[in-house]
Amino acid sequence: MAVCIAVIAKENYPLYIRSVPTQGELKFHYTVHTSLDVVEEKISGVGKALADQRELYLGLLYPTEDYKVYGYVTNSKVKFVIVVDSSNTSLRDNEIRSMFRKLHNSFTDVMCNPFYNPGDPIQSKAFDSIVSTMMVQAF
Amino acid sequence: MESLTLSDVEQKYYSELFLFCDVDNTKKVASNGKVLDLFRAAQLSNEVVHQITELCGATRLGHFGRSQFYIALKLIALAQSGLPLRVESLNNVRDLPLPRFVMGKNEQEMRHAVMFADTENQGPYLPRPPGRVQAKKVSAHEMIQPCVPTVDPQPDTTSPVVSPHQSPPTSPHAWRKHKRQASGGNVDRQPSVPGVVWPPFREAQPGPVTGDGLWSAHSPPPVQESWVSFTDTPPSCTLPMHPPSAQQLQQENSNGGLLLLTQPESTTVRTVPSSMTTNEIQRQTSGYDDPWKITDEQRQYYINQFKTIQADLTGFIPGSAAKEFFTKSKLPILELSHIWELSDFDKDGALTLDEFCAAFHLVVARKNGYDLPEKLPESLMPKLIDLDDSAGVPEPDPEVGFSASPVEVTPNKSPSMPSLNQNWPELNQSNEDTAIVHPVPIRMTPSKIHMQEMELKRTGSDHTHPTSPLMAKPPELSEETKLAAAIKFPGTTVGDGYSSSDSFTSDQEPISSAVNRQRSHSGTSPEGLKVVAPPPPPPRIITSHSRSSSLDMNRNFAAVPAGPQQPGVVAFPPAVPPRPLPTQTSVPHGHRSVEGDGLPSHPSTSPQQMPEQPNFADFSQFQVFAVDQPADDGEKPSDSGQAERSAETTGTMRTAKNEVQAEERNANSVNSAKVSTPLAPPPKPVRRRLKSEDELRPDVEDLPQKSTVIATVLATQPSIPRSIGKDKKAIQASIRRNKETNTVLARLNSELQQQLKDLLEERISLEVQLEQLRPFSHL
Repeated sequence: MAVCIAVIAKENYPLYIRSVPTQGELKFHYTVHTSLDVVEEKISGVGKALADQRELYLGLLYPTEDYKVYGYVTNSKVKFVIVVDSSNTSLRDNEIRSMFRKLHNSFTDVMCNPFYNPGDPIQSKAFDSIVSTMMVQAF
Repeated sequence: MESLTLSDVEQKYYSELFLFCDVDNTKKVASNGKVLDLFRAAQLSNEVVHQITELCGATRLGHFGRSQFYIALKLIALAQSGLPLRVESLNNVRDLPLPRFVMGKNEQEMRHAVMFADTENQGPYLPRPPGRVQAKKVSAHEMIQPCVPTVDPQPDTTSPVVSPHQSPPTSPHAWRKHKRQASGGNVDRQPSVPGVVWPPFREAQPGPVTGDGLWSAHSPPPVQESWVSFTDTPPSCTLPMHPPSAQQLQQENSNGGLLLLTQPESTTVRTVPSSMTTNEIQRQTSGYDDPWKITDEQRQYYINQFKTIQADLTGFIPGSAAKEFFTKSKLPILELSHIWELSDFDKDGALTLDEFCAAFHLVVARKNGYDLPEKLPESLMPKLIDLDDSAGVPEPDPEVGFSASPVEVTPNKSPSMPSLNQNWPELNQSNEDTAIVHPVPIRMTPSKIHMQEMELKRTGSDHTHPTSPLMAKPPELSEETKLAAAIKFPGTTVGDGYSSSDSFTSDQEPISSAVNRQRSHSGTSPEGLKVVAPPPPPPRIITSHSRSSSLDMNRNFAAVPAGPQQPGVVAFPPAVPPRPLPTQTSVPHGHRSVEGDGLPSHPSTSPQQMPEQPNFADFSQFQVFAVDQPADDGEKPSDSGQAERSAETTGTMRTAKNEVQAEERNANSVNSAKVSTPLAPPPKPVRRRLKSEDELRPDVEDLPQKSTVIATVLATQPSIPRSIGKDKKAIQASIRRNKETNTVLARLNSELQQQLKDLLEERISLEVQLEQLRPFSHL
């Protein structure tokens, strides 16, 4: 159901970004970029506890009139951002969480591949397929 | 002629064609015949053909030598591409597509060439049906384009797969043939390739050509040619390798890759490749059964490679090592990454043997020009079972050890059981009787232990062995230790079975009854022993004397089923005869006068017995025993042990138990035992009258417990402190006092009752009077 899914590396550059309506990609890129600020704010906010205490799922980062942005950060500071269309029947929080979980799992699989250098753009077909399943539904 | 530089692909192709034409194998072909046919098949005008012939010098020579032939072919390609025929352009033109010949040539070479070319180029067709590369691709594409001949290497079985990709032959070039192969003859080497139709290369695909199926999965066109054949022959035949792939093959070769030799069938091909590139490795991705099957040779090769990285075939190759290894194949990282994703089935970052073979196979296929599949083909799926099996097996064993006791119950039921069973047998072996029978929970009470000991002694087995554990067990055994109890006789006759029907009797009965009972538990006994480790509460100890020679008694008692007491009784080592005295004395302390008589006598004995009784707390038990014993005594004069046993029971009990001395007291004693509440509670139920030992024994279910306890106690404590006797007396005295009090109170009660009645009567009378009077008043 997502309109755009992005994976951002620790250094805040995108490892993978894909949008469903390919035409409005730039807009989504921009949205994702701005959402990073919110992510940073959230993860730095939990100063007291370490990562383990911090919730991986960040929840709704900020809503706009058209869409909502959800964030998720891994323990290695890799961020996942999902942009969903507001017009969609509002997805339940659990669904968003499950989407992030799937993303995280497939991201882990990509990481496990010895031929993948962390920091490279993700070109894994398996990862793509997972993302597609999540995005296709959006349409 | 002019020097001619051919690309590898071209070279292969040409040489195939040459061989095809060179039917006489004279290394030169005549102008006529096949050559001309070939040229005409190029769909060139005759004029052009003639021109070509002239250019290549065949006209001069009158025949086509190899070089001329090659030149001619190249010129044909030029012509087909629409380029002017110039000799100079022979070498200048790069990327010239291979000449296409439309014909149903069965030349495999052609096909192969086509295939390769096609496969390579024709992206659309599945030329590379994953792996199947089998030249099928060729079939697919109609044109034999110079496209890099995908390595036709149909890996062995690549069967027809190729075709599928290509859906309806786009172009007439029907080389479609799939070349291949060699393997099996299926390859129809001579597939009648319809010029235009895809010759469904149905060449006999070697059996497995399941590839077709596979391909169909991939691509609609069912053209499955039977490329087959690779399977049969050693991975062979590699169709003209695509130059790059050839290079790759070379690399592979250098890597120790498997050189798939083209099969003899594809002779032409073979020769071509050989001439062309050594790469023909043909690894043939043929491993694909269906295009992805791995042949045995390949698998063996892969396994050898695996060993070079990781000696243990059941181990894993870490990702980094695999990365290095596969990087040597010079495939692009992206493809390697994809291959990894496909082959690392469990996504653990390491490759098992199966995963490694699959990955290797995919690499080979890829190098041969086959496209990588989107998902792992079934034939490459790693079989995870093997490892699991091997891993699973050992595990249960350790567990087994411990669950032994419970396990016993169902030795073969649970999965872990087998291992347990394995363990047990060892245990059992030690036991003579071990036959693990249905584990019956047996209370390992001390008595049992005694019994067991007895049995052991009887059987001559290592008594000490069992006994010791037994002794240790008594505490636990008592009462509930089932099985574990069984173990108790590690070697002894556990047989009895833990017929734990009666908690108490279990000990005894099993022992007694079953010499044969297997000690199934025994198997577990070691464990059970451990389980039962904590010694049972002392009371348990039955008066039965441990290990003493009271074997007979035990036996006797054992025979007597009931004897809950038996255990205790049995346990009583016959060597403790004095016991009965105290018991007897105690017995009488019951309020019988007779008993009273006996009592005095008993006490005398009791003290004697007391010392024997290690545990006088259970006097009650003992009493019961004593009670029983007397009865038994009657039966078994040899129940000295019994007497002893009785002695073991609490002092009072013991006295009561002085069966030996007071049979009648038995009854009394029983009563007294019952009365002697102060005695250990357990005996209470047991206080049955000692009608007869037999009766008692069976009856005294509980008593057996007690008796067992007592027995165990006795067993454990052969010497009874004198104090016990004194205690007995005290208890008896208190009993008497209580009885007196009871009497008094009873009398009082009766009197009061009487008074109450009187009062009630008075009341009634008064009321009547009142009634009489009242009416008047009413009035």
